Amino acid sequence: MLQTAPRRKKSTASKAAPHERFLEAFRWMLLARTLEDKLVSLYRGGLITGGVYVGRGQEAVSVACGLFLQEGDIFAPLIRDQAGRSAFGEPLVDVTRTYLGSRQGPMRGRDGNIHRGRPRDNQLAMISHLGAMVSVTVGALLAKRFKREKNFVGLSCIGEGGMQTGSFHEGMNLAAVEQVPLVVVATNNHYAYSTPNDREFACHDLVDRAIGYGFEGYTVDGTDLTNCLDVIGSAVKRARAGRPPQLVVASTLRLSGHGEHDNASYVTDEMKGQPFARDCLKAAEQTIVDLNLVDAETLREWREEATAQVDQAISTAQKEAAPEADEEDWCAISMRALVDKIE
Amino acid sequence: MSITYLEAIREAQAKLLRDDDRVFIYGEDVGGTFGGAFKATKGLAKEFPGRVLNTPISEDAMVGAAIGAAMNGMRPIVEMQFADFSSTALNQILNNAGTHYWRTNVPVPITVRLPCGGTKGSGPFHSQSMESIYAHYPGLIVMTPATVEDAYTMLIEAVTIDDPVVYCEHKYLYYHLKADKLPTEEGLPTGQARIVREGRDLTIVAYSAMVHEALAVADELIREGFEIEVVDLRAVKPLDTETVLASVARTGRLLCVGESFPWGGATAEVISRVTSEGFHFLDAAPQRINAKDTPIPYHPNLWAAHRPNAKIIAEKARGLLRE
Repeated sequence: MLQTAPRRKKSTASKAAPHERFLEAFRWMLLARTLEDKLVSLYRGGLITGGVYVGRGQEAVSVACGLFLQEGDIFAPLIRDQAGRSAFGEPLVDVTRTYLGSRQGPMRGRDGNIHRGRPRDNQLAMISHLGAMVSVTVGALLAKRFKREKNFVGLSCIGEGGMQTGSFHEGMNLAAVEQVPLVVVATNNHYAYSTPNDREFACHDLVDRAIGYGFEGYTVDGTDLTNCLDVIGSAVKRARAGRPPQLVVASTLRLSGHGEHDNASYVTDEMKGQPFARDCLKAAEQTIVDLNLVDAETLREWREEATAQVDQAISTAQKEAAPEADEEDWCAISMRALVDKIE
Repeated sequence: MSITYLEAIREAQAKLLRDDDRVFIYGEDVGGTFGGAFKATKGLAKEFPGRVLNTPISEDAMVGAAIGAAMNGMRPIVEMQFADFSSTALNQILNNAGTHYWRTNVPVPITVRLPCGGTKGSGPFHSQSMESIYAHYPGLIVMTPATVEDAYTMLIEAVTIDDPVVYCEHKYLYYHLKADKLPTEEGLPTGQARIVREGRDLTIVAYSAMVHEALAVADELIREGFEIEVVDLRAVKPLDTETVLASVARTGRLLCVGESFPWGGATAEVISRVTSEGFHFLDAAPQRINAKDTPIPYHPNLWAAHRPNAKIIAEKARGLLRE
């Protein structure tokens, strides 16, 4: 059984033999895919209010974001980072409680779906306004520097859509000015909701922006788990060693709509035939089979385990009470004496 | 020996830096040997190395970084060079800091200093008062000190508050307002208004620089036989409705004065609350005065007529007193 929490003291990923690391990453990807497929069916069955946003096709990049972080590191995941969140240590039940509106979830019904986090455990809670979490991650790292903590890094996720915001630009520039140990992983999934790359940016390659910011920049094939683990793992290692901030740009295709309300009819057949449209999970499984890393029986067991874990997390959340409006304290600040008494 | 409103702000920050390792100052031009566009951080970078830091012109990222640092145990003070520029940080202040405690149960103790209000010749982009915008959104405390003593004690309190505070400091008061010395005791708690002058005929509710215009009006009208009560709100959020209501109960008349734009805002909020909770106290329809509904003009002739001043307030007050 994969241990989903708490975060390990030291990342085992950085020291593990390559194939063990690959297999661990694969299992987190499998868990994320299993969970998200299940969330989609709950949504289609009308059991989830609001939206469902999945990371289908982006699990390889995402898992590599979570896997190399250790206790004390800061993780700012975004909308398509279930694999990374799980690998970082987010309990599955946090996900199901948030989606299903349990009062026991970290957001207690006050916020939903992917807008969740546990800032006290260094999992930042994203806001929908893209780019905003980069500078927040920088600030978290500044605090650690002020407190003279050692050996920490922060990793902030973004997409090629979010890269076009002013907030992202300001955050990147500030990270470089402050020389904080930050890794920014940008996944180009080729669509900002429905807008293709040619209406998003006009530069030759997004990674070229790294030099303009004062980052070190790398590209990675987001469909290739081995490549993701190598490139993102190395970036985390370099940031931890005091190199300048690191930008990794991954290429992949979002194998879903923006959310489950979106049938992605705008994704062309030509796009679906591109190399970056390959399903990273299937590709990783093919690698396991080709290299005979584990046998078919083990793969089947892992799949069953993932399903069992997901089912358990869902049934736990489903049994729990929803928040009640008359029990809510309707108070947006922590200092009760300073609440504005408005009728 | 006297101390200005601006010096009080500098001294409060020096004390905070001295007494609390968690405090740092982040903003454009605050560090180095410069000490800020208005010198509110003069000498502090030298006295507290590494804790008074210049930032790029990136209001969004300045506040974002402060949020990240605050949720990791620091007590950042962000200086906006002018309140007007905080509009480019609205997303971080309103949507990130303002929602964070509600969403995650983790408060964000940042203090954002806003040099606000008009000074002549400053024009549309260096003169704004933005307290009403921040007060409109949930999750923020909005302070508007009107005296040297409050400027000092409220800034210290702002940094000790666990929630995000928008601290509106008035640029006109920076140099014009002086006190003999800094207060040695804590001031009134935030959320408590102060009656700065007692009177029985009319209540003028004001905050920040408008408190002094209201006091000038009270001086003028006493010669005409009217006693004006002046209430200094001190903070527009939380708003001390009780003190205002009690004053209106004594005077029966209410005039509310603010320097921000007229649509909605702090003055409208005060009148709304008094009307719904204290309608029976009122002997005349409550009135309010704000700046005009245009951008803030550059030329002193236009500027002087754009914002409320003692002359405009006195006229309105006389009208109310005749009713």
